[in-house]
Amino acid sequence: MPKITFIQHDGEEIAHEAENGLSVMNIAVDNLVSGIDADCGGECNCATCHVYVDEKWIEAVGQPHDAEEAIMSLNPDRKPTSRLCCQIKIKDELDGLVVHLPEFQF
Amino acid sequence: MSETTKTAEVNSSGAVDARTSMVGKDPYDVPLVDYDVSQRELFRSNTMWGFFERLRKEDPVHYCKDSEFGPYWSVTKFDDISAIEGNPGVFSSNPSISIQDPLENFKVSMFIAMDEPTHGNQRRTVQGAVAPRNLANMEGLIRERVCTILDDLPVGETFDWVEKVSVELTTLMLATLFDFPMEEREKLTYWSDVATATPGPDSIIKTFDDRARILTQECAPAFMKLWQERANGEPKFDLISMMAQAEETKNMAAERPMEFIGNIMLLIVGGNDTTRNSISGSVLFLNENPAEYDKLLANPELVDTMVPEIIRYQTPLTHMRRTANENFTFKGKDIKKGDKVVMWYVSGNRDSDAIENPDAFIIDRARPRHHVSFGFGIHRCMGNRLAEMQLRVLWEEILKRFKKIEVVGEPERSYSNFVKGYTKLPVRVHPI
Repeated sequence: MPKITFIQHDGEEIAHEAENGLSVMNIAVDNLVSGIDADCGGECNCATCHVYVDEKWIEAVGQPHDAEEAIMSLNPDRKPTSRLCCQIKIKDELDGLVVHLPEFQF
Repeated sequence: MSETTKTAEVNSSGAVDARTSMVGKDPYDVPLVDYDVSQRELFRSNTMWGFFERLRKEDPVHYCKDSEFGPYWSVTKFDDISAIEGNPGVFSSNPSISIQDPLENFKVSMFIAMDEPTHGNQRRTVQGAVAPRNLANMEGLIRERVCTILDDLPVGETFDWVEKVSVELTTLMLATLFDFPMEEREKLTYWSDVATATPGPDSIIKTFDDRARILTQECAPAFMKLWQERANGEPKFDLISMMAQAEETKNMAAERPMEFIGNIMLLIVGGNDTTRNSISGSVLFLNENPAEYDKLLANPELVDTMVPEIIRYQTPLTHMRRTANENFTFKGKDIKKGDKVVMWYVSGNRDSDAIENPDAFIIDRARPRHHVSFGFGIHRCMGNRLAEMQLRVLWEEILKRFKKIEVVGEPERSYSNFVKGYTKLPVRVHPI
């Protein structure tokens, strides 16, 4: 199973194995990773699962789609590496993925 | 004969109430085709629940053919509300986000009632003020103010929690966010009430003209003065300085006065009315659910999960409204271009397909933030974490001082189909 690593804003690392087809948000919520609230339940509609994708993984993860961009763009702390992790589906190619959790979401 | 006719005329010209009132009726005795859940009295009497429950079950996207506000669609299920909010291209926030259209003689505009790109550009200028790192800086100040309010409460007397705590705390907070002169802070509450009140003989405003006059001749000049003082001042983190100095908004006061008033109103009402009513609601819910109150007293750490549950259970704004930009078929219903679409948050938050046991107030839910009170999508409430923080700090400090805030009389509820709140809540406080 692919492994996903979450790095908190204070540097703490948490890694979890993940099932293909779920989203990175699902893994965070199922394992009570703090800083990912996912209020809307994965509908790309609340922007409370904002992550910064590690530079090395940008290409594999891909760019945000239009609806995701629309809601993220309202955030003054949006970075070029920002994604809503409910929109990142887990697949074998993402084994080892690293995402950083923004301080503003705590 | 003429007598009878006369009576009928008087009744029907008794205005608003020419349409059939649903108050006091069994939801299953009123045909769905005659449903009009926008009736304010339903909310004041707290009897709207059964009507929404039937709509969710039998006609979740419902067309009301006639109301005081004209025809409108009601969207009542959680996922459907989320879908509408996720489609702002079709479901526009312009010209109004409440069922009431803008007043003819007072057409303000505000970013909550705009579409992209203007909405986003303006919202970004103030969002930083309520960003979590700014909130962390504000928490100490809020706690200080909460402590002062709680320490001054009259022990051994019955008093109105709405006035002494809910209004006072949210007003102090709002004055802080605006850096508004503290000694004049009551004006903020007054203007907020003026902006949302339904005109009437017992109301704070008698007519809609009163609203326009007070807001343009009293509220706007006061803010204009602060705006001008701060436009060229030091960069600061109050909402007025941020708007007066940001590229997207700095010319607003001079060039677009109705937009200036509108956005000030938006920030006043958004930061005031909503949290005020959640604060009142929290005391009421714990009194109605003594087992939950006991749980809280036994484990004060439950404040964290109780806070979002309070906001769900209260649902301080009953609805948000969109207007269809084009013909659109939604859940098998043909919504026409120009139709009003009302998303009833008050109903979505009681949808058992989205929330387990939704009619119960449970302070330790597993996913308490899964509610629709803040809306979803690009217009989602930007003060959501501030609201939660105020409620959290308040309850942390209440638990240090009082073993019970006891409700000792019936609450009085707001006569509004938009702001779901309380005008009175008599309580007594019992110190530890």
